[in-house]
Amino acid sequence: MSSVITDGILKAVKQVRGGVAVDHHKLTKNMDVVRITPPDKVVLPMQQHIGAPCTPTVKVGDHVDVGQVIGDSDKFVSAPIHASVSGKVTAVSEVKVASGKLVPAVTIENDGEMTLFEGIKPPKVETKEDLLRAIRNSGLVGLGGAGFPSHVKFNIPDGKNVDTLIINAAECEPYITVDYRECMENSWNIYGGVYALVELLGFKNVIIAVEDNKPDAIAELKKIADMDNNHGDIVKVMTLKSKYPQGAEKMMVRSATGRKVPPGKLPADVGCVVANVASVAFIYRHLRTGRPLISRSLTVSGSAIANPMNVRVPVGIEASKVIEFCGGFKEEPAKIIAGGPMMGTALIDTQVPILKSNNALLAFTEAEARPKKERVCIHCGRCADACPMSLIPTDIEKHALRKDADALIKAGIGVCMECGSCAFSCPASKPLVQYMRLAKEVVREAGAK
Amino acid sequence: MKKLIVSASPHARSNETVTGIMLDVIIALVPSLICSVVIFGFRSLLITAVCVACCVLFEYLARKIMKRDNTIGDLSAVVTGMLLAFNMPVSIPLWMCVVGCFFAIVVVKQFFGGIGKNFVNPAIGGRIVMLVSFSSAMTSWTEPMSWLNGVDAVSTATPLAVLKDFAGEVSSDLPSLWHMFLGLRGGSLGEVSTVAILIGGLYLIVKRVIKPIIPLCFVGTVAVIMLIAGKGDFTYMAYQLLSGGLMLGAFFMATDYATSPITNWGKVVFGVGCGLVTCVIRLFANLPEGVSYAIILMNILVPHIETLTRPKPFGTVKEKKTKEEKAV
Repeated sequence: MSSVITDGILKAVKQVRGGVAVDHHKLTKNMDVVRITPPDKVVLPMQQHIGAPCTPTVKVGDHVDVGQVIGDSDKFVSAPIHASVSGKVTAVSEVKVASGKLVPAVTIENDGEMTLFEGIKPPKVETKEDLLRAIRNSGLVGLGGAGFPSHVKFNIPDGKNVDTLIINAAECEPYITVDYRECMENSWNIYGGVYALVELLGFKNVIIAVEDNKPDAIAELKKIADMDNNHGDIVKVMTLKSKYPQGAEKMMVRSATGRKVPPGKLPADVGCVVANVASVAFIYRHLRTGRPLISRSLTVSGSAIANPMNVRVPVGIEASKVIEFCGGFKEEPAKIIAGGPMMGTALIDTQVPILKSNNALLAFTEAEARPKKERVCIHCGRCADACPMSLIPTDIEKHALRKDADALIKAGIGVCMECGSCAFSCPASKPLVQYMRLAKEVVREAGAK
Repeated sequence: MKKLIVSASPHARSNETVTGIMLDVIIALVPSLICSVVIFGFRSLLITAVCVACCVLFEYLARKIMKRDNTIGDLSAVVTGMLLAFNMPVSIPLWMCVVGCFFAIVVVKQFFGGIGKNFVNPAIGGRIVMLVSFSSAMTSWTEPMSWLNGVDAVSTATPLAVLKDFAGEVSSDLPSLWHMFLGLRGGSLGEVSTVAILIGGLYLIVKRVIKPIIPLCFVGTVAVIMLIAGKGDFTYMAYQLLSGGLMLGAFFMATDYATSPITNWGKVVFGVGCGLVTCVIRLFANLPEGVSYAIILMNILVPHIETLTRPKPFGTVKEKKTKEEKAV
C-alpha cells in the first residue's frame, strides 16, 4: 500500500472510475439522533437480510419480551429476528414489505412495559468462534442498506489471507446522515467494535474511510485513533473524494487499498473485509450489553417532510408512524422512498414495517418526484463514462431487449450493482437501471432453461 | 393520500437534457457564425437562416408524415442546419441549400429513425450530396472581405488547391498564416476562421459536451503526416491544418454523438482514422479536400470500432494460462 499521509490521515490510493457528482442534501447532518416513542405494535418480517428466511419460533397468543428470538433459521446465511417491544403476539401472517413482496411476519402488540428478556446478558467472547457466534445471535446484518448477515461476512474461510478491515463511513447516498451521526455521537463504540474485531480476527490494517464532505467526522475519528496506544497504530482514518458510488463495497476496496475485486468474487478474495460503521459500533454495544439488533437509526428527510431528522426506531415500526413522529408531511408527498435516492425503493404506501437494513425514509413533492419523459438514446456515452464498473449500459439495454443472454454475459452484466450512475447521468432520461434488471432477468431465465 | 409514484431507482437525475446539450452546441457555433458574417457579408446569415429553417421544417414534416412524435424541440435539427450552412460557399444559390437540407434531415436522419439513429453525420451527408450534384456552385469561392467593396470577387483557388502543387516551398500566392488563422481566406462559411472554431470547441470541452480526444487525435494525425509529407516544413504543415474544413470537421462534425464511438479508445481510433483518410485524400487523390469523406467513412466503421475497443468490466483479470496448459 502506498497511501499518501497528511497529518496522519490517509488519502485514497485510487480514485473510483466514473461515478457521478450528486447533490448531497445532508439536511439532518447536525441533528442528534432522537429516540422515537415505542409504537402500539410492531410487525417483524421473517426476511430482513440476504439469505434464507427465518421461521417464526412463536405463535399467536405468546407473550414475548424485548430481545427475545421470535424467528430463526438453521441455514448459515441468515440472521435471527428478535422482538423489539414486549407484549403479545397477535398475528403470524404474510405482510407487505417495502419492496412490494409478501413476507411472513410476526406482529407484536406492545404492552408498554418494554420488559427486557431475561436471557439477555453480555456474551462471553474469548475466541474467533465465540465472536462469530455472538454476532450471529445478535441478529446483525449490514446496516448500510444491503442487509448481508454480518457473521457470514466476518467468517473468513481458511486459506484466505485477509489482512485489511475497511470500515465504511462513506455514506455517499444523498440525504442520509445516520452513519455520520454514528461517527459524531458514538465514535468510542466504533473503536470498541474495531478493536474487538482486530483482536479476535487478526486484521493487520484497519482503514476507516470517510468522504471528504464530512470533515467533522474525520476529525472526530482521528482524535480517537490517536488516543489508542495498545494496538500498534494499525487503525487509520482515510479521506475519500465525495463521489457517488464511493461507498459501494468494490469501490471502497479499490479506493482504500488499490485492489480490484474480480467479477463474482468477494472483497475477502483480495484480502479485505468491508463493514459498515454503524454495524461495527453495534458489535461493541452488543458485546457490552448482550442486546440484539432491535432498533436502528434512520434519516427521515426530503422536501415533503415537515421536520427532517435522525430518529432511532424499533425494528418493525410502521413507516407511517415514523413520518408522523417527524411532524408528518408539510406538502402532499408524490414519492416516498425507503433508502437513499440513488438505490432506494419507492413505496406504494407507508403501511410497511421498517427493516433492519432501512437507513432512510425520504418523501418528495410532485415537483421533484415526477419522472422525466424517456427520450431516445443519442449515443452520447455519458452512461458508459459514469459506470464505475466499466460497462456500456446502452449496449446492455439493446441486448436485453433482444433477450440475448450470451451477449449480456459477455457485456459483463454480472458486475452491475444497480448503483444508478448511468440513469442519473442520462440526458435522455432513460430508466437504465430498469433495463439492467431486465438484463439480469434475461440471463437468469436463460440459465434456468 | 394521493397515489404515490412508484418507479425504479435512481430517484435523482442530473439536470442535463438533450435540448440543453444541443443548445450548447448552437452556442459554440455562434463565434463561427459571427466570423462568417464579418468575412463574407450578410448573405452568410441568410444562408444559415434558410438552412436552419429548412432542417427544422423537414424534421417536423418527416415526423408528421411518419406518424412519430415531434422532435424539433430537441434542437438537433437546428444544429444540423447550422453545420450544413457552414459547409457551403457564400455564393451558393438558396434552392441548393434546400436540397441539401432535405437530404440531410429526411434521408440521412429520419429514414434511419431520427436523432441518435443516423449512421452518418447528417450535415456531412447533405454536404457530400451537394458537392457531387452541384460541384461548381459548391466550389466557387469568394474573396474574403470583398463584400465591403460591393463586388463579389471570385478567387482563383483555395489554399488547399495551391498546396496540392507543393514542391519543396510554400507558394507565395497563399494568404499569410495569420490571415488563415483568423479566417481571411476563401472557403466555406464556417470553416474559414480557425480562431472562432477553437473558441467554440473549447466551450464544448469546458462544458463537457465533447471530450477533446477526437479533435486532438484527428488534428494531431494530420499534423504528423503533413510534417512528414512536407519533409519537415512546419509552414506547410500549418497551412494544411488551417486549410479546408479540418478544424470545423474535427471539433464539430467528427464529435457528433450518434456517429462517433463512445469508448475512449474507440475515439482515439476514430480520430486517428479520420486524420489518415483526410491526408490520403489531400495528398494522393484528385480532390483537394478530404475531411468530409474521411469522417463519413469513419462514421460507417463506428459499430466495429466500438466492438473492438469495449472496456473490460471492472476487475476482469486476464486469463493467464497455467504452466500445464502452456506445456500442452
